[in-house]
Amino acid sequence: MPCNMESMNYTFTEAEKAEIQRHIEKYPDRRSAVMPALWIAQEKFGWLSNDAIRLVAETIDIPYAHVYGVASFYTMYFKEEVPPHLLEVCTCFTCGEIGGEEMLAYAREYLEADEKGRSKDGLFWTRSAECLGACDTGPVCQITNRRYVHRLTKEKVREVIEALRAGKEIPYEPIPLNDQSILDD
Amino acid sequence: MENWRSYQKVILPDIPGLHKIETYEREGGYEMLRKVLTDSKWGPKEVINEVKAANIRGRGGAGFNAGLKWSFMPPKQEGVPRYLACNGDESEPGTIKDRRIFEYNPHLFIEGALIACYAMEMDAAYVYIRGEYADWIDMMQRAIDEAYSKGYIGKNIMGTGHNIEMYVHKGAGAYICGEETSLMESLEGKRPYPRSKPPFPAQYGLWGKPTTINNIETLACVPLVMRHGADWFKNTGAANHPGPVLYGISGHVNRPGVYEYPTGMLITDLIYKVAGGIRNGKKLKAVVPGGSSVPILTAEQIEGITMDADSLRTVGTFMGTGGMCVLDEDTDIVKFLLRIAEFYDHESCGQCTPCREGTGWFVKVLRSIYEGRGEMKDLDLLLELCDTMEGRTVCALADAAAWPVRNTIQRFRADFEAKIARSGVYSVA
Repeated sequence: MPCNMESMNYTFTEAEKAEIQRHIEKYPDRRSAVMPALWIAQEKFGWLSNDAIRLVAETIDIPYAHVYGVASFYTMYFKEEVPPHLLEVCTCFTCGEIGGEEMLAYAREYLEADEKGRSKDGLFWTRSAECLGACDTGPVCQITNRRYVHRLTKEKVREVIEALRAGKEIPYEPIPLNDQSILDD
Repeated sequence: MENWRSYQKVILPDIPGLHKIETYEREGGYEMLRKVLTDSKWGPKEVINEVKAANIRGRGGAGFNAGLKWSFMPPKQEGVPRYLACNGDESEPGTIKDRRIFEYNPHLFIEGALIACYAMEMDAAYVYIRGEYADWIDMMQRAIDEAYSKGYIGKNIMGTGHNIEMYVHKGAGAYICGEETSLMESLEGKRPYPRSKPPFPAQYGLWGKPTTINNIETLACVPLVMRHGADWFKNTGAANHPGPVLYGISGHVNRPGVYEYPTGMLITDLIYKVAGGIRNGKKLKAVVPGGSSVPILTAEQIEGITMDADSLRTVGTFMGTGGMCVLDEDTDIVKFLLRIAEFYDHESCGQCTPCREGTGWFVKVLRSIYEGRGEMKDLDLLLELCDTMEGRTVCALADAAAWPVRNTIQRFRADFEAKIARSGVYSVA
């Protein structure tokens, strides 16, 4: 048995069960609710332990092995316990050519991260991301599976880290539609 | 083609608040849905023919005529449900366009998806969006909720007796899910390994039922075709690859961004007149015109080339997703290719051996070249590896991984050789 069984009660509330039921009803086959249910479990428990995966399997009433097969495939489902803040800096394709790697290295230096990219204080985990679909506003990073921070600079990396340390939420950063005025020589 | 200068945007027009349903309705939104549902002139077949005549070539990368794809759906059988899968996975590196539709004009896409469902006599549309787009998934969900509350989606749409449901499905970080059969497996709640084709989705799709998969931007073009006519669409941009398109321009340019213009734009106009030229006064080295998997072009190759299938074919590349990456003279092309190879290695689903193993070998060999341990014969080894991957797997990911390797080595061989030659110097030293 995992050691955290005592501290963590692996059950869904009635509201969560109802939400999963609503997802089941979206599809002709209840098995299709596995991804939404895994999202709900990860939101609640922070990561997808075997117990969390088993709970999802029991709730949807499909085999554990099937749910494990799905959970283990996707990058955004965490298969290990993660620190509260995840900084995923894109280093792929365009971002790799406009400073993504430097920004990732700087975030790790600023956080005094270990070789796995985890900060000393245990609050942060930095990872290199594959293309996040924001190449025009790169280098870009994603905070804990949600918010995008665009056009990273060292100052911006520091600000984001300090804001997270202070318990603040990173606000949504709107990117307006591009100015289409034509530039002639 | 100089008339692009006076082009008026239709996919992402500058109308404040267009993402709200009231604004969208005020601008004539959902009128095309009403038209096809109520006007007896527009039966499902007529809508398919109109979309086919417009020749909307799929904006997700394959460039296949959307209306023709729709016409592959078998005749409707009573009691057999049919589905539309809307591909908003948008994971091809360099591709940044569908996110703008989710944020700035979600109802245009929703209306297009509903018209598609009507034309193909479908019961439901599943909107698959990559998990990283969490904020934009919420925006899409809000837009869909608004459309439900106004009676445009759901039971008895606008009192016409038509029923269409629409659901958002959140991905969880997997490039492969943008491949249409993988997307269906993912929606079915399975490990998203692509399926062998045939059977094609129109015959055996989601949950074994007739299904069509279209890209978000492709579907967003549908209400425009119905409003302005197939002829308008066909006569916008390049003759054989027509229509408005969202160009996503990134890399070493002064004004990276998503720009809406007709197809058939000169690549040089896009770089210098739209995106403001190369930053820091540098010279151009290379352009990847349509996402990381399409063959790269040298600065010399882009002269006179326009963004459409026919013109791009003359230089051995294609439009892909219209996500263009511009690279300046300081770019280390070996490092650039290595990072692309790492992407495909990370994203290979592992189902087929040539892809699972080949993408890993690309990384090993390219890294050794990049780190100064390479030998000249490694270049031929990489090209041979491409031969063992292309066309030998269930889906096109292996091809998507091999094309950049093959073409970048062929077109920038001197860069690779120079790096290897220097490795020799170091090893002697």
